[in-house]
Amino acid sequence: MSSETKQILTTDGIPLEVSLKKAERKNKIKAFLLVAPLLLFLLITYVFPIGDMLMRSVDDKMVTEMLPKTFKAMEKWDGNELPEEEVFAAFHSDFIKLVEEKREGKLSTQLNYTKNGFKSIIKKLRRKSKSFEEGNYKEQIMSVHKRWANVEYWQAIKRRAPAYTGQKYLKGIDMFKNETGEIVSVPKDRRIHRILWLRTLEIAFFVTVFCFLMAYPIAHLLATLPMKYSNLLMICVLLPFWTSLLVRTASWMILLQQQGIVNDFFVWTGLVTDDNRPEMMYNKTGSYVAMTQILLPFMVLPLYSVMKTISPSLMRAGKSLGGTPFVAFWKVYFPLTIPGIGAGCLLVFILAIGYYITPALVGGASGTLISNQIAFHMKSTLDWSFASAMGLMLLTGVLVIYWLYNKIVGIDNIKLG
Amino acid sequence: MSVNKEFVKFDKVDKSYDGKVLVVKDLQLDIAEGEFITMLGPSGSGKTTCLMMLAGFETPTNGEIYLDRNAISSIPPHKRGIGMVFQNYALFPHMTVYENLAFPLRVRKIPKDEADKKIEKALSMVSLQGFASRMPGQLSGGQQQRVAVARSLVFDPQLVLMDEPLGALDKNLRESMQYEIKHIHESIGVTVVYVTHDQSEALTMSNRIAVFNDGKVQQLSSPDELYEKPVNSFVAEFIGENNTFTGEVLDISSGKCKVKLSNSEILANPISVKNKGEKTIVSLRPERALINPSDKMDNIHKGKIEEVIYHGDHTRLRINLLGNSEFILKVPNSSSNLDIKLGNEIKIGWNSEDARALDPK
Repeated sequence: MSSETKQILTTDGIPLEVSLKKAERKNKIKAFLLVAPLLLFLLITYVFPIGDMLMRSVDDKMVTEMLPKTFKAMEKWDGNELPEEEVFAAFHSDFIKLVEEKREGKLSTQLNYTKNGFKSIIKKLRRKSKSFEEGNYKEQIMSVHKRWANVEYWQAIKRRAPAYTGQKYLKGIDMFKNETGEIVSVPKDRRIHRILWLRTLEIAFFVTVFCFLMAYPIAHLLATLPMKYSNLLMICVLLPFWTSLLVRTASWMILLQQQGIVNDFFVWTGLVTDDNRPEMMYNKTGSYVAMTQILLPFMVLPLYSVMKTISPSLMRAGKSLGGTPFVAFWKVYFPLTIPGIGAGCLLVFILAIGYYITPALVGGASGTLISNQIAFHMKSTLDWSFASAMGLMLLTGVLVIYWLYNKIVGIDNIKLG
Repeated sequence: MSVNKEFVKFDKVDKSYDGKVLVVKDLQLDIAEGEFITMLGPSGSGKTTCLMMLAGFETPTNGEIYLDRNAISSIPPHKRGIGMVFQNYALFPHMTVYENLAFPLRVRKIPKDEADKKIEKALSMVSLQGFASRMPGQLSGGQQQRVAVARSLVFDPQLVLMDEPLGALDKNLRESMQYEIKHIHESIGVTVVYVTHDQSEALTMSNRIAVFNDGKVQQLSSPDELYEKPVNSFVAEFIGENNTFTGEVLDISSGKCKVKLSNSEILANPISVKNKGEKTIVSLRPERALINPSDKMDNIHKGKIEEVIYHGDHTRLRINLLGNSEFILKVPNSSSNLDIKLGNEIKIGWNSEDARALDPK
């Protein structure tokens, strides 16, 4: 072969490649313009909020900006003993400014996240600071409250110096950076998030398993029944989709409560005595039952669409070749449904792991999930950065599961229809 | 060693799916060992249902099926040991060719080295050596078909059922596969029950053909007999091309009958007519009628050429003859047939022996 490949020209003398690009360009632009609105929409409603969430979860600028002089003065402080007068003076000057702007309340909230006990001493400091004399601020501040003379509180302030922090993430798994900068777990009796994470995984896992066990026969029935029956059954499967999630959850509350229909039935059949009705709601059972029912269609549909493509003659072939019905099912039919199982399980698991309304309504204390905790911090404590951090941890968790699935089963093996 | 003439026996088998309509009616059919028998018929004639009953996927509503003298109605499909080739091959798409062929051996717990030998043999039989590690999706339609055939034979069944196995192949491939399957049958002597709606397939491959219609076997005989001597007008119509005259028997004597058509009379061979005055359909194969016949023929009539269709090696003429404007005639393309032109009147003749007076449907 010659070292130079000969350039092919069109009849007009333009290189073929250039001509091809030119001819295709218009189509490419058209195609791009068609998807552009969606792209923009996704960017605004999806990429941007997640980016913002990421920023918010590590953002710690608020305190950094509120106490600029203090942190500058603290740079020289080794953090072992009480800081020098210089730091106190800087803190006083920052604080006065905050009081003028009426922002000292925010500071106290923020510092209180780092160490409990800041709220009252900042309030006290504000009152007393009005009568402060110039000079020797160390003495004056320390005299306001004995905590101001405690080095731990100054260490707590210093820990807020960096503009970015990962402490919200540590808090999300019940850990924190202690005074000496080590990452340690919080005392056993104050660990709540780890329990919630584990419970979320546990409930999501079992809901997925229950959904799978129930959906597989239904999907098989749907795929093999004659059209007129399978259509009716399909409507029954889809019916929950046409009802509000809230209504469905509320109806589960009616069914499952202690004086509810299910319990009444149990008592009527003599399964349980009237004064010993089991609690089926406001605990894990409630979450399991309601979530399984609500997420069932997400398992049925991918399974159905995969099973629909499996020719019934394959099972017949398996049997005619000498396989018992079980062998034919296990060796022939089941392996062919794996793409549907993968899609359904991944879908249900990921939806379950972030489930919010249902566990909030029927879960009670022992049936709530991590998303309820996120909502709690969004609405009640207003610690949005912590909520963001947990939200991102959840997102990362889901991505890890997706990645693992891809490694083990292969994402090409997924089939949604 | 005498051949078992009743290797497969359908004994008064009825089949109904809905309790109202009989799909198979009082089927009586014996299949000899080593025979290649084809069930031929239009769709909905009950032939596939018969095959499925034999395979065990459908149960007879009444009657019994015997395989090698054992009643099999209560035996589930996987214990019957019958090989089967399905319409769409039904290869297991997630298994390689090797695994597909190993499946029936594995469930029979045949040791691996013995199984490997059998698989090797089966693959060489369909000339697919070296394809063992391919997935079915990587094979062409014809190759998949051969794998399906090999898989149905690999566990040495005495009986193999084939349900329109060549339906999805193109014409040339279908023809070569027909010969291949025929040769395999001849070389290993397995009994084959073959279902098709393609008459040429049935004619080329089978020892005997059972023509199904309306849940009944209309005729069971060898291909040549089926074509040359159809016993009723359905078979005559279904197998090959057929010219018909509808009329009434005027007279029967010494193996001939006179049939009155709308305004003429012809002589025919009385097959299923017995008495004067019976209605009948007279069937005549296109190649049995000649143009410009010799005087020895006892039916000579004039007809007008309505259409000339060129077929390369022969020409087809549509002729208006004795009131039947659909009369087809096959004429070899030779220089002697120069008066074949649209609109010409020509003489057409045939022997009364070839004109079979059958039932009027």
